[in-house]
Amino acid sequence: MVDKPPAIEMREVWFSYNRIPVVEAVSFTLAQGDFLGILGPNGGGKTTLLKLMLGLLKPEKGEIRILGRPPKEARKYIGYLPQETDFHLTFPITVYELAIMGRLTHARLGRPYTKTDHEKAEMALHQVGMWDYRFAKVGELSGGQRQRVFIARALASEPKILMLDEPTSSVDPQFESDLYELFKELNKNITIVVITHDIGVISRYVKSVACINRTLIFHEEGKITQEMIEATYQCPVDLVAHGLPHRVFPVHKEID
Amino acid sequence: MWEALQFEFMRHALAAGVLVSISCGIIGVLVVVNRIAMISGGIAHASYGGIGLAVFSGIAPFVGAAGFAVVMGLLMGWISLKQKQRSDAVIGALWAIGMAIGILFIDLSPGYNVDLMSYLFGSILAVGKQELWFMLTIDVLTLATVILFYKEFLAMSYDEQFAEVTGVPVRALYFLVLTLTSFTVVMLIKVVGLILVIALLTIPPYISVQFTSTLGKMMGFSILLSILFVTLGLWISYNFNLSSGASIILVAGAAFFLSHIFQKNRP
Repeated sequence: MVDKPPAIEMREVWFSYNRIPVVEAVSFTLAQGDFLGILGPNGGGKTTLLKLMLGLLKPEKGEIRILGRPPKEARKYIGYLPQETDFHLTFPITVYELAIMGRLTHARLGRPYTKTDHEKAEMALHQVGMWDYRFAKVGELSGGQRQRVFIARALASEPKILMLDEPTSSVDPQFESDLYELFKELNKNITIVVITHDIGVISRYVKSVACINRTLIFHEEGKITQEMIEATYQCPVDLVAHGLPHRVFPVHKEID
Repeated sequence: MWEALQFEFMRHALAAGVLVSISCGIIGVLVVVNRIAMISGGIAHASYGGIGLAVFSGIAPFVGAAGFAVVMGLLMGWISLKQKQRSDAVIGALWAIGMAIGILFIDLSPGYNVDLMSYLFGSILAVGKQELWFMLTIDVLTLATVILFYKEFLAMSYDEQFAEVTGVPVRALYFLVLTLTSFTVVMLIKVVGLILVIALLTIPPYISVQFTSTLGKMMGFSILLSILFVTLGLWISYNFNLSSGASIILVAGAAFFLSHIFQKNRP
């Protein structure tokens, strides 16, 4: 247990789009088994941070280690839920085919899915309550149902880290609490990183909080309440500036 | 129709129609779902440069077209990855440059021995045994590739970013699709001509996507539709003495509009 590499390690990570910095000097270490909530205003760099961890973007400066490896090598241990799930709605793909896609991390190139792959996909669909819809076309589902299937896809990969970009943005409130109970259960074995706007979720389920608005403030395990509330409220306040991409956001007040 | 089959050229034409439809249905679906119809149109026209070069240097026109098509296809694919915003303009330029190269090289070739029209509008009634073998080879290649990488193609076509995260070699598969598209386009040139290629490539998938729930079924349905269009088009062209390529495309076009009306009237 002692030798376990951190789930996520970032050291002085910088990233910008068209010379406009989005992520500045971000450093933090997340231990395995943690449940991290990432808060921040729109355009504050939340999704960029996630993409950096997934290795979809390369940092301009700094270093990222996922489970002690470079992000690209760690991908097979990551289950990922994208923010948008309403793309390609006419695409001919069934619920089952989408769920088993999560097994690609385990499957070999050019080989069919194995029996284990099929079992895991079935289990994941049961977990999100979408097994009965397995033959349905994904584009014909409601937004919430589709979100569940995408979550099943992330679960099917049996990840060591689950990265969720606003997992409950289009699901109904009942399923939202079911979902977080499921995450809580899963968190006994795996690390979870969730981007969310929901402060209630943060206070109930999350163990650590990071607040990002170009720079990142990390609130470690244990240090909850006071700082956390400050951080969460600081972020929505910054939302006032959203929609003005060139305006420099107010800098976070460092909390010590 | 049946008495027409006593002619070898008609039997060849029908066989070519079926063979071409197999690759066309499969690749057409990948072209449509990956939104590279513009590139496939570019490949079709640019490949004329290969025909010109082949005629000039005395090699078989179809070998020239296939080689040139693959090079242009990969080039267009590479540019669209590098410069997403300007890719359509660049593809348009390569599209025209390829054709211009073809025309100039044919000008430079001694004697007038190339029927430009047969490449522009197809010559399905003049398919030789050798070309049938070429078509069969491409079909086998296409089928094998799609069966082998079905789950990867599905993932990259539906959710490229996710496919990349899970370690699917998205880039390599993208270029593989472009290569197969180039070969398919060259086959289609023989049947409907380079101007009409894009219609036979995109209309069957456009119709089938409305009736199918998986990528595989969509491919199968597109193959059947493509066979239907080619056969019916051939029959019309034979009976009314019309251009075969244009007849085939107009049959496909009629089906395209019918399916559109049908789709609109669906509850």
